[in-house]
Amino acid sequence: MALKLIRKFVASSLLVMTAASASAETFVFTAIPDEDETKLVERFRGVADYLSEQLDVEVRYIPVKSYAAAVSAFRNNQVQLAWFGGLSGVQARRLVPGSEAIAQGVEDEAFQTYFIANTSTSIDPAEDLASLEDQLRGKTFTFGSKGSTSGRLMPEFHIRETFNQAPEDFFGRVGFSGNHTRTLRLVEAGTYEVGALNFQVWEKELEDGNIDTSAVQVIWETPAYPDYQWTIRGDVNERFGDGFKDRVKEALLALDDKELLESFPRSGFIPASNEDYEPIRKTAEEIGILD
Amino acid sequence: MLSYPTVRASLIFVAVAIVGLLFADIAITASNPWRDLGNFFLGVVTPNFFSSEGLLTALLRTVAFAFVGVALGSFCGFLLALVYRLLPVRIFCAFIRAIHELFWALIFLQFFGFHPLTGVLAIAIPYSGIFAKVYSEILEEADPEPRRLLPPGTGMVAAFLYARIPDCWEQMRTYTAYRLECGLRSSAILGFVGLPTLGFYLEASFSQGLYSDAGAMLILFYVLIATIPLWVRPKLLPVYILAAPFFLGDGLPIVWGNVERFFTEDIVPAPLRSGEGIAGLVPWLNDLMVNEALPGIWNTVLLTQVALVATGILALLAFPLISNHFGGPVRRTSGHVFLVIARSTPEYILAYILLQLWGPSMLPAVVALALHNGGIIGHLIGRQTNTLRLRPDAPTGFNRYTWELVPRVYRSFLAFLFYRWEIIMRETAILGILGIYTLGFYVDSAIQNIRFDRAMVLILVTALLNIGVDALGRYIRRKLALQTMPTC
Repeated sequence: MALKLIRKFVASSLLVMTAASASAETFVFTAIPDEDETKLVERFRGVADYLSEQLDVEVRYIPVKSYAAAVSAFRNNQVQLAWFGGLSGVQARRLVPGSEAIAQGVEDEAFQTYFIANTSTSIDPAEDLASLEDQLRGKTFTFGSKGSTSGRLMPEFHIRETFNQAPEDFFGRVGFSGNHTRTLRLVEAGTYEVGALNFQVWEKELEDGNIDTSAVQVIWETPAYPDYQWTIRGDVNERFGDGFKDRVKEALLALDDKELLESFPRSGFIPASNEDYEPIRKTAEEIGILD
Repeated sequence: MLSYPTVRASLIFVAVAIVGLLFADIAITASNPWRDLGNFFLGVVTPNFFSSEGLLTALLRTVAFAFVGVALGSFCGFLLALVYRLLPVRIFCAFIRAIHELFWALIFLQFFGFHPLTGVLAIAIPYSGIFAKVYSEILEEADPEPRRLLPPGTGMVAAFLYARIPDCWEQMRTYTAYRLECGLRSSAILGFVGLPTLGFYLEASFSQGLYSDAGAMLILFYVLIATIPLWVRPKLLPVYILAAPFFLGDGLPIVWGNVERFFTEDIVPAPLRSGEGIAGLVPWLNDLMVNEALPGIWNTVLLTQVALVATGILALLAFPLISNHFGGPVRRTSGHVFLVIARSTPEYILAYILLQLWGPSMLPAVVALALHNGGIIGHLIGRQTNTLRLRPDAPTGFNRYTWELVPRVYRSFLAFLFYRWEIIMRETAILGILGIYTLGFYVDSAIQNIRFDRAMVLILVTALLNIGVDALGRYIRRKLALQTMPTC
């Protein structure tokens, strides 16, 4: 027992001392925490099992508490693969030269943000945002996470473009709920009058009967833009063997477990490239989130 | 009454807080806050202890991080205390303790990532600064007499060990034990930024409205803190301290290149990095100051002043709950339970809970800060009244409170309050992470946008503001000739 402790102590101090890690053969991935944690853990443990079966290496999923933590872990090479949103993916790939977007959901080619409102505001759904100006001005409004594409970047872009004002000037109070599920709950409960969220989260919750449609409704849908994608570090082949990156890509594209896909929710994965996300980068630079 | 400086000082602070209230954003924005609050209490009385497989591990990690962090902090703090009279050391200590544990954690997360070292250092560094200050105060107040009686030629080390330490030992021990309790709280909230402690699960349960799960975690946490005297025994301490490092979890390995990159690239201001030089630095700093630092400072100061006065009022209202001079044993026991809960719950967790329930504004923050700090001061003052002996014919009830007790404890009450001023400000800044527009909000935004250069400048601003308030608090305490024992 004592010997074991000493061994463990020596091992762990060595771990602290050297960069060479004992778990080099474990392929670690993370995902932006855009929804309820229980759901994420369930979903990505499934992905970890699937990948480990396909790739013949140990695969581990690490849950994180913020978008930035996901980007940092990727940048710091503590994770080698990540399920990013449009913006976090652009941030991550800028910081890690050689990293690549390898796959996106079928739905991510044309993703949308829904603006939702508590029905007590009696805001009627509209085709264009400009016509809602009078009804929206001065309301309380919540984004999702500060680093979210569908929950922050795109809605902020459209607010600025349509109303020529920063969100905090246009609305009476602006908050960041943290994630899409919470945005939905907060607007449903009336804590915020209006909010913006990922349309897939809305559709899935609606389908599952988790939305009180008498309390909250969609009032505007943004035009389509590219969003979520799997991004992998450029140096994985050196660490996990030649062709590893392609094998990961193939495995993701071949994923056809209905239940697992349903949990994303995506109907499948298709190839993606860094260039697909240029519009996101430009938008982020335009509103000053990226330098 | 106005001739008393303490009364005048109090009135000035109350006036500032009232003016502050006019500017502060105080509102309940949730449409049905009381239903949610009811659901929360329902959750607390129907706790679900089997919600998460990780709960016990998280509790273990919380204790382990607290032990390692506090032990390391206490050791380094002691060494620093020996040279505390040197000005650079004092400035260094003031600086490291002016930065909150969560900020330290956010910094280390950027290059150590999810390695246990992140959590350990996040606790150990600010605690070193605090220990250094308090230990040096204790050592300074030691009775000089034994030292004078030593034979000439006694070595410095021997003199220190035999003539100084024995006199200070008891006080240092008490304070260190007290800090351990603080360490448990700090360790728990580190989970909110992703370390594997209690806060990690608490945040997850709360954000999903799983109040029974969250209630179970809170109850376990209270039990853990309330039973400290039972399981933290002097003889067991070495065992705990030696064992704790093995229970921190593995985390993810550190990549040292990241550390170098953080210091040589990430925190270098963007204009310098892109080669614009000093010419680009001025507009960059200007933009940062005007759009983020100044609004952040304004809201931080505003919230701090309102919360400080609210804390004072709550403490004055709460201390009779545990005072021997009022009520029977039943009332006192429930009073104790209330105050233990109030002061054991970290402000951050209280504010998080109230924000979820009432919606975003400064109100949840004020209530959280007042409950926690008022609980601590109320407890200390209440205990102090128990040492007072009143005349047998002293008035009872309300008159006893206003004419006998409050005047007798008012000076120490003020001393505690001004002592906690800086602590309240530290917490106020950090509450910004939860979405109140104090400095922490802007720090968090900068980190979320992967702009560590901006984050570091804002953390620096926060630290300076804190050092300023600390100095002002000390000045006022000296002016009013108030004495305190250090509290956490």
